[in-house]
Amino acid sequence: MPKSKHFNVTVRVWRQAGLQEPGEMVSYSVKGVSPDMSFLEMLDILNDDLLKKGHSPIAFESDCREGICGCCGLVVNGDVHGPDEHSTVCQLHMRRFRDGDVITVEPWRVKSFPIIKDLVVDRSALDRMIAAGGFISINTGAAQDANAIPVEKDKAEEAMDAAACIGCGACVVSCPNGAAMLFVGAKISQLALLPQGGPERNTRALNMVAAMDKEGFGNCTNEYECEAVCPKDIKAANIARMNREFLLANLFSKR
Amino acid sequence: MKLDAQIPAGPIEKKWDSHKFNLKLVNPSNRRKYDVLVVGSGLAGASAAASLGELGYNVKVLTLHDSPRRAHSIAAQGGINAAKNYTNDGDSVWRLFHDTVKGGDYRAREANVYRLAQISNQIIDHCAAIGVPFGREYGGLLSTRSFGGAQVSRTFYTRGQTGQQLLLGAYSAMMRQVAAGTVTLLPRRELVDIVVKNGHARGITARNLLTGELESHSGHAVLLCTGGYANVFYLSTNAATCNVSAAWAAYKRGAGFANPCFTQIHPTCIPRSGEHQSKLTLMSESLRNDGRIWVPKAKGDKRPPNDIPEAERDYFLERRYPAFGNLVPRDIASRAAKTVVDAGFGAGPTGQSVYLDFRDAIKRKGADKIKDAYGNLFDMYYQITDENGYKAPMRIYPAPHYAMGGLWVDYNLMTTIPGLFAMGEANFSDHGANRLGASALMQGLADGFFIAPTTVSGYLGANKFEPVSTGDKEFTDSTKQVQERINRLLAVKGKKTPSELHRQLGNVMWNDVGMGRTEATLKKALKKIPEIREEFWKDVAVSGADKDFNQTLEKAMKIADFMEFSELLVRDALERKESCGAHFREESVTPEGEAKRDDANASHAAVWEYQGEGNEAKLHKEALTFEHIKMAERSYK
Repeated sequence: MPKSKHFNVTVRVWRQAGLQEPGEMVSYSVKGVSPDMSFLEMLDILNDDLLKKGHSPIAFESDCREGICGCCGLVVNGDVHGPDEHSTVCQLHMRRFRDGDVITVEPWRVKSFPIIKDLVVDRSALDRMIAAGGFISINTGAAQDANAIPVEKDKAEEAMDAAACIGCGACVVSCPNGAAMLFVGAKISQLALLPQGGPERNTRALNMVAAMDKEGFGNCTNEYECEAVCPKDIKAANIARMNREFLLANLFSKR
Repeated sequence: MKLDAQIPAGPIEKKWDSHKFNLKLVNPSNRRKYDVLVVGSGLAGASAAASLGELGYNVKVLTLHDSPRRAHSIAAQGGINAAKNYTNDGDSVWRLFHDTVKGGDYRAREANVYRLAQISNQIIDHCAAIGVPFGREYGGLLSTRSFGGAQVSRTFYTRGQTGQQLLLGAYSAMMRQVAAGTVTLLPRRELVDIVVKNGHARGITARNLLTGELESHSGHAVLLCTGGYANVFYLSTNAATCNVSAAWAAYKRGAGFANPCFTQIHPTCIPRSGEHQSKLTLMSESLRNDGRIWVPKAKGDKRPPNDIPEAERDYFLERRYPAFGNLVPRDIASRAAKTVVDAGFGAGPTGQSVYLDFRDAIKRKGADKIKDAYGNLFDMYYQITDENGYKAPMRIYPAPHYAMGGLWVDYNLMTTIPGLFAMGEANFSDHGANRLGASALMQGLADGFFIAPTTVSGYLGANKFEPVSTGDKEFTDSTKQVQERINRLLAVKGKKTPSELHRQLGNVMWNDVGMGRTEATLKKALKKIPEIREEFWKDVAVSGADKDFNQTLEKAMKIADFMEFSELLVRDALERKESCGAHFREESVTPEGEAKRDDANASHAAVWEYQGEGNEAKLHKEALTFEHIKMAERSYK
């Protein structure tokens, strides 16, 4: 049963009007917080309050608020997506906090995700890497019967583990090198594990890795921070598979 | 407004094939000369952009998100139906067609639904080919599960994330076309108007959400793949940005809006916990296989549920529907829960919920078995409510989920404005008055992957197009009108936030136009909505600048449209005096208290035509005839 006792917190939020503008941490007090509120609903209340006072609300992104669209992403008290394990920040609830807490809220801070406003960043680099090869080249209408190619159940499950990525960018933000290797590795793995992805394995690995470098993402140095913060618990083993795919492609591809 | 559904002649099994043959084609080398604008990047939009790009058209995709992969199709859980009959349990195209028409309570167009069932199998083939990691059996072949409204196992799935995987599949196919240069992606753009020239849709006005600039985009055809409007109820299972604005802009430019009152309320959602609530989260209806739904027999019983003895519990679904028990269809389960809550028997601290109890199933099967089957749902429930569903019953309540109504389209999925198409949830086409589970994904992909490339080509091939420029008067007029509306919003400088006003509207919609509707409640809503709308335009607070990244303005613009659209929804509900599917008029019930259709007078799609601001919309009717499926009353006793 909800043990609703309302409480007050202070949030310190990064405010920045635009990429070229200077930014700063600004403190706000939020009163009457219910433990059953989600963290983003607490920010909603703060924003409504700012709006009523004629101030500009804090810009942040979220959409589905059920942990699947990948839209939301904040650093809460230094934790990517907040303190809960393998969760998006939209699933974080205020019962995790106590009366009088000071909560620091920052945007994704990494060179490849430039700030747009306050807590909103530009993650379009992720789409560009998918466009470089994160697909199977089959035109609509050309497919044979779905059961014509059996897929080993364990392989299909492993592919699904990798495919569960929501494209939030937490892996990049948590990485000391700003690497996107978990994101790219997950897509390369998904398609390498399925026989349907076989014909383009080599070109896919080469092109996606090249796109990753072009976007200015860093390299993996086995910190495993990405795996620790991933809301969908995507394993760093996908990075190893990506490296293997890339190496083999370099050895055997004619391109 | 003339409603010609363009249903091809001939036997139902041959209609689509003969129609494909009869439609005009566009020569491959000429296709790049045609510009097609696709608005929205969910299942319908992404798949339409991919398939049209593959054909060689010059496609532009606009999405209000930062990435096309955020569209709310991503949140669909259960699965996608197809008539593959891999299970050898007697499924067929004909049976899927039959189940869908019946599930929709006989308010959908037979020819469209038959085509949907035909195409369903190709969708599975194509999605497997483009790398969707479907659930599989140990032999390596695809696995299926059962869903409501069907007696066969025809639902394909990828764990509880089928919408996500299908959307990412369609997205990857579209991104391949981005790389190929046939598709141009324009993220963070919101459609604000449709541009019609000489009676044809020739472009759109969009707001660049980063800069606030209004942009004109011209084209030879415009596809609205902009989803549903359940957010008119404020609290729903939809994402925050789901809206009616694109469809509403089309309506105001002359597109007919069909059956707006057909809105689906899903029975198993986590109930609201307070005024702060921003959305409601769906829990898969599969939980009703093992969970028993009940409320206390005594009004206002505030004891913890485990302290309420068996004899003092009312298992109301089992009591009212002994044959189907807890597994009655969505509309029935939702209404039954509302009835007991409205009568004061609601459970939990707010009294706005019913219990979903696994005690008996755990006793019978063991906690491990229940955990295997539903573990992730119990975890999600815990994350949101801080309550342990293994130890005490979960609390659930129905929530708005899906819009069966939408823009009226003919067999080609074209609206009453030539050149303007509507696909996916944005159209009204296939689900009648109630959608079956796992059919939304099927429809979105059928529209985008398989119907759009055929019928949009047919339109482009059959028409001569005069040149347009974004400098034309129609474009500049549209921009001017949108700019005036934005200026008006910013000039209000009121005291109430857009969310507060949206919540006010949602309360009226939920209380008076929700699961049960009467002439009296609908008339009450018709009186209250204009008052709230007036208050909105007098007292809404929108801060910041127009030419800027301004989320408050974005929100206010969407809510302004809901303030108008809601009234049309209510008028449609008032006009349809029968009960059917999810539309429950309390005056039209069978002696057992179930929905009672009026086939003699209401077997039609209600299509509304805009008559200018301040004027009442004009009603047109498309008669629905059922030549292949016998109309009958749905009974679950």
